[in-house]
Amino acid sequence: MFLTYLRRELRHRRKQTTVVAVGLAVAIALVMVVSSVSSGVRDAQASVLESVYGVGTDVTVTQAGAPGGGGGPGRFEFDAESGEADEEGTRSLDQSQLTVERGSSSFDDTALTSITGVEHVSGAAATLTLSSTSFSGEMPDFEAMREQMESGGQPGAAPGEGTQDGSDDGTTGGADGAGGSAFEVDSFTVTGVDPAVTAVGPLTTLEVADGRGLEDGDTEAAVLDATYAETAEIAVGDTIDVGGTDVEVVGTVGSTTGDGVATASDVYVPLTLAQELADLDGQVTDVYVAVDSADNVDAVADAIAAELPDASVSTSSDLAGDVTGSLSTASSLVSTLGTWLSIVVLAAAFGLAILFTVSGVNRRTRELGTLKAIGWSKGRVVGQVAGESVVQGLIGGVAGVALGALAVLGINLAGITLTGASGAGGFSFGGPDAGGQAGGGQLPDGGASGGGPGAGGGGPFGQVADAASSAVDVVLSAPVSVWIVVAAVGLAVLGGLLAGVVGGWRAARLRPAEALRSLA
Amino acid sequence: MYQLTDVTKTYTGKRTVHALQSVDLEIGDGELVAIQGPTGGGKSTLLQMLGGLDRPTSGRVVLAGDDLARLSDGALTKARAKNLGFVFQHYNLIPTLTAVENVGTALVPLGVPAADRARRSLAALESVGLGERADHLPGELSGGQQQRVAIARALVKEPTVLLADEPTGNLDEATRDEIVELLEVLWKEQGLTIVMVTHDSAVARRAQRRLRIASGKVSEAA
Ligand SMILES: Nc1ncnc2c1ncn2[C@@H]1O[C@H](COP(=O)(O)OP(=O)(O)OP(=O)(O)O)[C@@H](O)[C@H]1O
Ligand SMILES: [Mg+2]
Repeated sequence: MFLTYLRRELRHRRKQTTVVAVGLAVAIALVMVVSSVSSGVRDAQASVLESVYGVGTDVTVTQAGAPGGGGGPGRFEFDAESGEADEEGTRSLDQSQLTVERGSSSFDDTALTSITGVEHVSGAAATLTLSSTSFSGEMPDFEAMREQMESGGQPGAAPGEGTQDGSDDGTTGGADGAGGSAFEVDSFTVTGVDPAVTAVGPLTTLEVADGRGLEDGDTEAAVLDATYAETAEIAVGDTIDVGGTDVEVVGTVGSTTGDGVATASDVYVPLTLAQELADLDGQVTDVYVAVDSADNVDAVADAIAAELPDASVSTSSDLAGDVTGSLSTASSLVSTLGTWLSIVVLAAAFGLAILFTVSGVNRRTRELGTLKAIGWSKGRVVGQVAGESVVQGLIGGVAGVALGALAVLGINLAGITLTGASGAGGFSFGGPDAGGQAGGGQLPDGGASGGGPGAGGGGPFGQVADAASSAVDVVLSAPVSVWIVVAAVGLAVLGGLLAGVVGGWRAARLRPAEALRSLA
Repeated sequence: MYQLTDVTKTYTGKRTVHALQSVDLEIGDGELVAIQGPTGGGKSTLLQMLGGLDRPTSGRVVLAGDDLARLSDGALTKARAKNLGFVFQHYNLIPTLTAVENVGTALVPLGVPAADRARRSLAALESVGLGERADHLPGELSGGQQQRVAIARALVKEPTVLLADEPTGNLDEATRDEIVELLEVLWKEQGLTIVMVTHDSAVARRAQRRLRIASGKVSEAA
């Protein structure tokens, strides 16, 4: 009787049942989306952190660069005599710079020895992170142009303008006599690593995708991030120009933290090679430190800071905070706005469920009074009313989980790319193909590069320098755990139960004598 | 069957109403009693006392040895479920349940298993002449048919007492006579005690005994 009656009642009050169930479903779906997206963002942060610092790094040691100073890449300077002039006077230029990233500076690798000597340090690895920026392009013969302009040529066509309407690859334009020129700027990060140290540092999250990894004893070899290699169209066996020297590419690597996750650097070379190419003998930029126990991390960080007064020492929780800082747009959006929105919608849905249940009980005063009059106990009547609400909640919960799963699936299929960087990098949302513009861009060879030098009016390559920070792309994958599903259904049932309790309480107070009341 | 001693019911609300004033009344086993009186006289209130739907302000309402005024809520509910059948002016059927299911609701609190319940409910419907309409919803039945379903619901549990508050109040004359005849037949067959409130003198005349209640005071009518 319980189920028959319950089913008939819900079917009879189809509209209310639908409204209540849909309300709960929407609220539940929202809760699901918010919680799975926020755990997706958390995972992304963890991936970024691991990709950049490696697994097991407890403390990192760096040194800030003098503001605007020596650490950053200088400017390319060309004079009229640079490059080689062809017979028409157009000059081909090709320059490449290998410098420490702007905002940081290198320090003596004796620091590594000092750090290794600190108590509780279980391992340390030093790296030299560099930014390679190469410029190649053609410039017209300025002499010839001046003459042309003076003789009333085409004054509107200023030098450099031609770059903006160049074809897709941004490299054309050229010396057509109208004063055009074309540049190609290529920028990538180079990390010098000690191939012998694999227990701590960036190597911990690398796995070989093609060819081989760096090995102890390698002197002139480079390993490329697989994603970068693909973009730059460099294969194993090719060479790559690092600071003006062609280095053989012996392999490509991917990240162990997830499919399609870019690694911390575009290019990895042996530390000694990096030092030699950048003319920074015995210098490093980062020291990755593993500590024997989590309890000692802070003590070790303090000890290192005392030992190396100029260094900036960060613990892994500082680093996590750093990433959170740069991902804050997404994570605070999800956690704050999402949570509040969920609470508001959930409260509205609960309110709706309660309202409809109570009004239902009020409308059924005589019906419920009659059941009491013919001997139904208070508990049975309350159970009937509450049962109806709980089943409504259950329907809403199941519908909500389906809706939420669909929404989360949609989000995952959309392939939203989150770009996070530790430290000063940017963070952006983008479509499936937006990776290229992340954080100021790892400027790929074609397309976007035109904007750099052309629009920049020949200024310092600020944007390019930013690109050299370790930006990592992570495709947002919002997981739906069993617990989220259980919690979602639970919430909906809770809503139903709440409505049932309120409605049941009213039903319990009904006097059986209501059965005799004349028509309301 | 019933022994009422000094029963008073006072409603205190915006205005104090003395709905029953010191009522002494005895109703024998198997009696068919009609109660008449002006509107607001206290007929329904008396029926509530007899049916254990409400408690008197003071006095004793003894049904087969139990004082309903002193039974716990639970015991009162049980007494209603087991011994008392109700028929209402507005039938009070559950609109979403079929005729046979409506009859079955009376057996639910007695813990009768579902199969038994269906069988007994159908038998009760047949005894009021509605066997073929068992699967109809109340909305698909005429007023007289609905009241028959309500009578089947009241009687399916084989109660000792049937209490009816204006059971024919909503029916036309022909249907009214049918219902009254049905009640008479069932009364005779089952040896029930019936207390029936009615406005209708034609109905009251068929009762064995007629009571009159006005301003909360009960008197025997000639
Ligand atoms: N719950 C209540 N609260 C307050 N007063 C009530 C309540 N129920 C009944 N009364 C009052 O008690 C008096 C008797 O009411 P009762 O319903 O018993 O009359 P009745 O004889 O059945 O009238 P009718 O023929 O109109 O049904 C009336 O004055 C009524 O207003
Ligand atoms: Mg009345």
